[in-house]
Amino acid sequence: MRRTGSLASTVRGLLAASAALLALAGPATADAPAAGGSSRVPKPTVAAAAPGKCVEDTEFMRRNHMELIRHQRDLTVHEGIRTTRHSLANCVNCHADPKTGRVTGSRDAFCEGCHTYAAVKLDCFECHADRAKAASAAGATR
Amino acid sequence: MKGVDHARRQILAWGLGAAGVTIAPGITLFDLAHGRPPSEPASRTKRWGLLVDASRCAPDCSACVEACNRENGLPATKTATSSQWIRKVELKDMRGRTLSLPVMCQHCAEPPCVDVCPTGASFKRADGIVLVDRHTCIGCRYCMMACPYKARSFVHEPVTGQSPDVPRGKGCVESCTMCVHRIDRDRLPACVEACAASGHHAILFGDLNDPGSDISKRIASVATTRLRADLRLDTGVRYQGI
Repeated sequence: MRRTGSLASTVRGLLAASAALLALAGPATADAPAAGGSSRVPKPTVAAAAPGKCVEDTEFMRRNHMELIRHQRDLTVHEGIRTTRHSLANCVNCHADPKTGRVTGSRDAFCEGCHTYAAVKLDCFECHADRAKAASAAGATR
Repeated sequence: MKGVDHARRQILAWGLGAAGVTIAPGITLFDLAHGRPPSEPASRTKRWGLLVDASRCAPDCSACVEACNRENGLPATKTATSSQWIRKVELKDMRGRTLSLPVMCQHCAEPPCVDVCPTGASFKRADGIVLVDRHTCIGCRYCMMACPYKARSFVHEPVTGQSPDVPRGKGCVESCTMCVHRIDRDRLPACVEACAASGHHAILFGDLNDPGSDISKRIASVATTRLRADLRLDTGVRYQGI
C-alpha cells in the first residue's frame, strides 16, 4: 500500500516536472515571431516613458543589462566616473512608467514587471531611487 | 637654430591665453585645474578637504546639518537610531568658554574604518574621500567601532524616497561622503554651500594638495588643528580656533 503510494507520487512528480519544463520552454519559443502575431504564452506588459532606442540593442539589453549596470556601479562608486550611458539612473529616467513615474511598484512597471515575470529577484531599488530624477527632486524639499 | 620665429611664439602665447580666457594674471574664466569630465576617474593628484572655522560657527545655527539631511535624503526628525552624517558639537573648556562646531567624517588619509573592514566595502577614493561601497557592505559595523570620531551610522529601517544621487538602504553603514556626487560635478558640498548661504562662511572646501587653493593658503597662514591629532590619521577635515 505504502509502495503504490510512493510510486503514484513519483509519477505525479515526474508529470509536474515535465509540465514545468514545457512552461520554461514557452518563453524561449515565444521569442521567435509567432505566426499571425498571436501566442498563447503570456508576456509581461511594460510601459516606458520614452519609447525609442535604448543605449544598446534590445536583444543585447535583455540578456546583459545586469552586467552593464554592475560594471558601471563599480566605476562610479570607486573611481567617480559618472558617465550616464550605462548608469542605473539613466535606465530609470527613460523606463519609468509614464503614469506613476516609477520602474517598480506594479506589474506594468518596466523593471518589476519583467523581473516578476521571469521570477528574478530585483534588489537594486531597496537602495536606489525607483523614479526619474525630476520626479524625485519634485518630491524632496530642496 | 639661430633665427627664433618670435611672431610664431607670440601666436602660441595668444592661443594659450585664449584657451583659459585670462581675466587677470593668475585668474582664468575656466578653471582648468578643477573641471574633470565625467568619463575620467578621480585623481590622486587632488586631496579634497574641509577647514572649519570654529570662531565663525554660530551655536544656534544648524544650517549645515539641515542641508546635509536634505541633500542626502536623511530623515529630518531624529530617532535614537536614525543616521547622522554631520552633527553640531558643543565644546566647553575649563575656563567655561564654549564653542560650537560641526563634526562629520574626517576623511582620514589612514582611515581605521578601511583597515578593519572585512569585505573591502569601506575604502578611500583616489582623491582622499572615504566612502562605503554599499554593494559590498555586509553591515557588520566594525568600522563604526573603529572610527574615533563616531562618524558612521547604521541604517536600521527600510528606506524609501531616496535621492537618485544618494542611494541608501537598510543593512549598510554610511557616513559623510563629502557630497561626492556634487564634487564630481564641480559643486561644493551641501554643508559648505548652506554655511555660506547662512552668512557664516565657517566651512571652507578645497584641494589640500594644491598650494594655490584657498584652503591650503589658509592652512599655511593660520594655526589649524585636527581632532585627535595624536592618532596621526592625517585627517582631511581641519579646525581653526579650537
